[in-house]
Amino acid sequence: MATVLRPTRGWVAIDLAELFRFRDLLLEFANRDVKLRYRQTLLGIVWVVLQPLCGAGLLYFAFSVVAGLEPPQGAPFFLFTFAGLLVWNLFSATLSKASGSMVGNSYLVSKVYFPRLILPLSGTIATLIDFSVSFGLLVMLMAIYAVAPGIAIVTLPLWIALALCLALGLGLIAAALTVEYRDVQHMLPVVVPFLLYASPVAYDVAQIAPSYRNAFYLLNPLASILAGFRWSILGTPLPPPIFILWSVAVAAVVFVFGAAAFRRTERKFADVI
Amino acid sequence: MSSDRLAVSIRGVGKQYTIRHNRRAPTTLGEAVARRLRHPFERQEREQFWAVRDVSFDVRQGEVVGVIGRNGAGKSTLLKILSRVTEMTEGEVVLEGRVGSLLEVGTGFNQELTGRENVFLNGAILGMTRAEIRDQFDAIVEFSGVERFLDTPVKHYSSGMYVRLAFAVAAHLRSEILIVDEVLAVGDQDFQRKCLGKMRDVATSGRTVLLVSHNMAAISSLCSRAVVLHDGRLVFAGDPGEAVARYSAQRTVLVGDLRGRHDRHGSGEIRAVTLSVQNGRGETVGAIRPLEPFDIVVAYEAKTAARHVAVSIDVEQVDGTRIATLFGGFRNETFSIEAGSGAFCCRVDGLPLRPDTYSLNVFVGGQGAIYDFVERAVLFDVAPADVFGTGRLPDRSQGPLLAGYHWTILTLATD
Repeated sequence: MATVLRPTRGWVAIDLAELFRFRDLLLEFANRDVKLRYRQTLLGIVWVVLQPLCGAGLLYFAFSVVAGLEPPQGAPFFLFTFAGLLVWNLFSATLSKASGSMVGNSYLVSKVYFPRLILPLSGTIATLIDFSVSFGLLVMLMAIYAVAPGIAIVTLPLWIALALCLALGLGLIAAALTVEYRDVQHMLPVVVPFLLYASPVAYDVAQIAPSYRNAFYLLNPLASILAGFRWSILGTPLPPPIFILWSVAVAAVVFVFGAAAFRRTERKFADVI
Repeated sequence: MSSDRLAVSIRGVGKQYTIRHNRRAPTTLGEAVARRLRHPFERQEREQFWAVRDVSFDVRQGEVVGVIGRNGAGKSTLLKILSRVTEMTEGEVVLEGRVGSLLEVGTGFNQELTGRENVFLNGAILGMTRAEIRDQFDAIVEFSGVERFLDTPVKHYSSGMYVRLAFAVAAHLRSEILIVDEVLAVGDQDFQRKCLGKMRDVATSGRTVLLVSHNMAAISSLCSRAVVLHDGRLVFAGDPGEAVARYSAQRTVLVGDLRGRHDRHGSGEIRAVTLSVQNGRGETVGAIRPLEPFDIVVAYEAKTAARHVAVSIDVEQVDGTRIATLFGGFRNETFSIEAGSGAFCCRVDGLPLRPDTYSLNVFVGGQGAIYDFVERAVLFDVAPADVFGTGRLPDRSQGPLLAGYHWTILTLATD
C-alpha cells in the first residue's frame, strides 16, 4: 500500500476511493456542525422547526397579505411558500457552508491532511439533516391542509439532487476563489438574497409576464427546480420541459466544473490560507 | 527494530514559496481583474524562495529519525510535505503504509464539545476510523487522566487537561508511519516524561517515526538516526549524537532579534523584540564568564498598557534541560507599562555554569495572561575563563556546575 507523492499540475481527477476511506471523518464533521449549532440555546432543536415556519410566515405576509398576489394554482399560499422555502434553504445553506468551508477551517487545512472535499460535503450532510426535519413538518402541514401528493412524488429525489448539485457546484467554485480573494465572502450575502426574490420561492411562476418569463426568467435554473419540487409534492403546474432540461444541464455542468476547480486549487490551500 | 525494508523514501524534494513583493499586488478580485485588463502581459514582481531544496534520504521500517535544524531551516515544511498538508514543487516521496501526522497537539479540538466528543472528532481528523477510536477509547481516556471530565465541554478544562487529552488521542494513532512536530514540548514535567515514554513505546513497537524537536535530549534518547537541515538543505544524516553536535555548532546569534520569529506563543499584546546579554559595563556580548554578574535585556513593544507584567528567562542547556528559571513573579518584581516600546532588564548575580553553550527562553506574562513566549530566543556561551586564577578549570566530566568554593584544613588544637 505505497503512496507516491509527486508535484501535480493542472486538472486532477477526484479520488473517490480515498473519499470513501475518510467517510468517518465526513460524518464526524457533520455531527460536529449539527451538535454545535444549538448548543447553549434555550430552545435547541426547536429552532430547526421554528426557523422555516417563521421564514415562510414572513414571506407569506409580504407576498400574500401586503403585496396581495393571487394565490398560486393548485395549492394553499402558505403551503406553497413553505415548500418553496424548504428547497431555497437547502440551496442557500449548502452554498454558504461550502463556500466558507476552506477559510472557516483554515486551522485544520494548514495542519492535517484529509481530502479537502470532505469539508464542503460534511456541510451538505448537516444541511440535509435540517432539510429532513423541515420536510417532516411539510408533511404535517400537508395533512392539516388536506393536500395529498400524486404519482409525481417519485420524482422528488431528482429535484432535491438538482438543488444540491447546483448549490454545491457554486459553493465549490466560491470556496476555491475565496482562498485567494476574500471578496467572494462579501459578495455572496448580496447575491444570495437577490436570488431569493428572483426565484419563484414565495410567488408562482405564473405571476411573471409570459414574454419575459420564457425569454429570460426561466433561465434561472432554480426556477424550474423549485417549480418541479412543488409539482412533485403538491401537484402545482410544471414549467415547459425545455427549461427543465436546461436546469438539469446547468446543475450538472456547474457541479462538475465546481468539483474540478476545487480539486485544481486544493493543493494551494494550505500555502495561501 | 528496524528492518531492511524502506518505509519512507525521499528523493530530491523541494518546496518553493512565492513571495509577492509588489506593493500594488491585487488583494481583491476586482483589482486583479482590472489589472489584467489594463496590463495583459505584465508579470508580477515575485521572489521565489526555496523553503526546502534537494532533500533526499531514506527511512527504514521501524526507525525513529529525528529532524533538527534552526528555526527556518525547513523542518516544518518538510514534515508538511510528508504529511501531505502542502504539495512539494519538485521531487518524489514514497510512503509505505498509512501516515499519521501530528503537526500540532489537539488540531480541531472544539471548545464547545465535550471531552468524549472531541476524542472522536480529533481521532477522525487524525485519520482513525470510528471503530478504531472505539477500540482505543478506554486506553486514551486512561492515558489522559481526565475520566471525570469526559462529559464536560473542553472549554472548562485547564490547559494541562486539554493538552493531556489531545496528546492521548494522538498517541494512540495506529498508523505505520508517524510524523511528529514539537509535540513533546507540552504539559508539565510529569506529563512530558509520560509522553516521552509513550514515544519510546511507539518506537519499539516497530513503527516508523519522524520526529522534529528542539529538545535535544529527546532526539538523542529516542532516535536511532537524525538528519540536520540548514537553510532548506540536508547537511547531515547519521548518528543522533553527532547530529546534535552539528546543530549546536550552527549557532551565531549574539543579539536575538525576535521580530522575525513566528514560532512563538501568547496573545501578542506585549512582544519581546530583541534579547541581548550584556556584561557589567553594558556591552552586548556573546559570551559571559562563569560566576560573573551580567544583565539580560529584553526590549519589548506593547500594543496596550498593562499592569503586573512579569518577565521570565529560562536558562537551558542545548539539549533542552532546564537549568534555571529567572521569573520576576517569584520576587514580586512586576511592572506597569504603557503602550509603546521599552526594555526590561534582569541582573543576574552570576551563573555557576561550566563553560558551554546555553539557550534562553523569554516569557512575558501577567495576571493570568501569556503575552509572549519564545523558546530558544538566544544562544550564548559561558566562556572558559581562569575563574580561580590558577589556569585550571574542570572539564565536562566533572558536572554541569562550577561552584564557588574554597578549601582549608581544620587543624585540631593540640595541647
